[in-house]
Amino acid sequence: MFKALRNGLLASIAAALVCTGMATTVNALTLTGAGSTFDNPIFTKWFYVYQQQHPNVQINYQSIGSGGGIEQITQGTVDFGASDGPMTNGQIKRFEKKRGCYILHLPVVIGGEVPIFNIPGVKTSLKFTGKVLANIYLGKITHWNNPEITRLNPGVNLPDADIVVVHRADGSGTTYCFTNYLSVVSPQWAKQVGYATSVNWPVGLGGKGSEGVTGIVQQTPDSIGYDELNYAIVNHITYGYVADKDGKFLHANLATVTKDAAKKAKHMPKDFRVSIVNASGPDCYPISTFSWMLVPTVWHDAAKEKAMVKFLHWMLTKGQKMNASLYYAPLPKNVREMELNAIKRIHVAQ
Amino acid sequence: MNPKTTVTVTTEPGGGNPTRFSSGRLHLGDRLLKSITWLSAASIIIITIWIAWQLFVFSAPSRHKFGWHFLLTKTWNPVSEHFGALPFIYGTIVTSVFALVIAIPLGVGAAIFLVEMAPRKVSGFLAFLIELLAAVPSVIYGLLGIFLLIPILRSAVVPALKHTLGFLPIFKGPFYGVSVFSAGIVLAIMIVPFIVSVTREVLLAVPREQREASLALGATHWETVWKVAIPIARRGIFGAGFLALARALGETMAVTMVIGNDPTIRASLFSPGYSIAAAIANEFTEAIGRMYIGALIELGLVLFGVTFIINGVARLLIFSTGGNGYES
Repeated sequence: MFKALRNGLLASIAAALVCTGMATTVNALTLTGAGSTFDNPIFTKWFYVYQQQHPNVQINYQSIGSGGGIEQITQGTVDFGASDGPMTNGQIKRFEKKRGCYILHLPVVIGGEVPIFNIPGVKTSLKFTGKVLANIYLGKITHWNNPEITRLNPGVNLPDADIVVVHRADGSGTTYCFTNYLSVVSPQWAKQVGYATSVNWPVGLGGKGSEGVTGIVQQTPDSIGYDELNYAIVNHITYGYVADKDGKFLHANLATVTKDAAKKAKHMPKDFRVSIVNASGPDCYPISTFSWMLVPTVWHDAAKEKAMVKFLHWMLTKGQKMNASLYYAPLPKNVREMELNAIKRIHVAQ
Repeated sequence: MNPKTTVTVTTEPGGGNPTRFSSGRLHLGDRLLKSITWLSAASIIIITIWIAWQLFVFSAPSRHKFGWHFLLTKTWNPVSEHFGALPFIYGTIVTSVFALVIAIPLGVGAAIFLVEMAPRKVSGFLAFLIELLAAVPSVIYGLLGIFLLIPILRSAVVPALKHTLGFLPIFKGPFYGVSVFSAGIVLAIMIVPFIVSVTREVLLAVPREQREASLALGATHWETVWKVAIPIARRGIFGAGFLALARALGETMAVTMVIGNDPTIRASLFSPGYSIAAAIANEFTEAIGRMYIGALIELGLVLFGVTFIINGVARLLIFSTGGNGYES
């Protein structure tokens, strides 16, 4: 009996050896990544589907936050990072000094932010301009029946009630994009508050996560907040129109968000670190942002490098078709082409 | 020196203290026990000091830049990298103290009922239920706070408070739901089980003879509880308060969900606030840059200090009100 067992064992070991022989470069290969929580749902889907199609590559991703992702890729503890805001020049310098190579910012998905509100008696979708949103969040517009708001919304009976402003309390790419937009449209916002994953809010209540902001807005009469577009769509939350750069009111959807990105991509810098808020052009939804995957150009493990490039290629072609099912806007064609070119820079250390 | 003597000494009624041995008489097993327990005790101290030291080291950028002003500044601006902890310290202390003010009478009252009044079977079952409450994850308390408690507060409790006590500064201003008030009440609900549980054990430990003596002298049931059992158990009840306070000071998830996360200092309990633990949890993951991360870690150090000071003050308070409760 023992003999049979031993033979069986030997046979399976031999089989395993044959397998490794056949796929020496990518067998049981694991790529690890860390960063943005915003990207997590689409990453989970991509990595799962990819592993179904390529069983010898496994990709593990920890959604620890963009800051953590940047830190870990700089330290070299993960193979790739992901961030909702681009790395700063200082962070890139630190990375280059530490790792001795360049870091690619590869846009993976596009996110849009939408204003949400809860005013008893108002069922229609309100219209906002960037300036009005900035003034509400600056605490300069304090009542719903302020002429600046009523002028944009003729026929809507807005109450003489205090506006309860709600924002994200946790650091997030959502806040980065929203405050980036407010900085672009309002010089006072840019000067007084600025933009970052979390800022010193002049007014308002903070909710933890999209669900926190949505919860507070839904529970508090006369409130306003902001959410990611995909969160608002999935949860059937009514959201407002926002005026584009030319003053036309747009209701955000995946098409308008992608259009905005495509427009801005015409002036895309080589490193892809670009803010796409407030692009001018028809149907360009103004409050949108890229989310980036951070990939070093020089790899020390040839097998990993090959697997990573192969995955990136897949993600930019087949993977993008899955975006819509999770309500992420797909990348425009011109951006994808630029990225496919950029990943050619990834190579193995000499 | 022979073992027999030791045994006789320890079992002799009223003789010596059986729990302390002089090291000269230790056997191998005793020695082993001593080193293991010593290590366990030492590890607690080592871990505490190590955590404090790490917080101190990693908060260096922020400590060097802001110095003691960190404790007194009201700005928290990640964009311009100006950080001050005052609103967070204020929010942490106010919510915790407010929670204790509600929870201590409630918890001690419940414990008195369980020990002194309720039939034994009911008491055991209720105590089990209360301990079950302590096992509910704090995110559940937060969600219940947002979707259940706040609507009740908004429609009934707050209007009533404003109507009767509205002249007090702490009950002025608009109530948006998420607020220091809501956070304090959620915290109170979370810490009541600790207080009930510990107080109940302490009251059960009050010697039966003390109660019997009191009743024999003609005291009523109420007088026996209030003048005999409670004073004897007083220290334990304070201990329950400490445990509860420590939990309240460090509670993160439930607080951040209902406090409003607004780092400003206002007199009214109805206005939003922020706590130290909530700020760290909210901002740490996406924090970028040495200064920002340093400031968040320094917040952790401050929470350490606040807990230390509050516990110290509370302990002094006990000593000043009559020392060892068992002798009063």
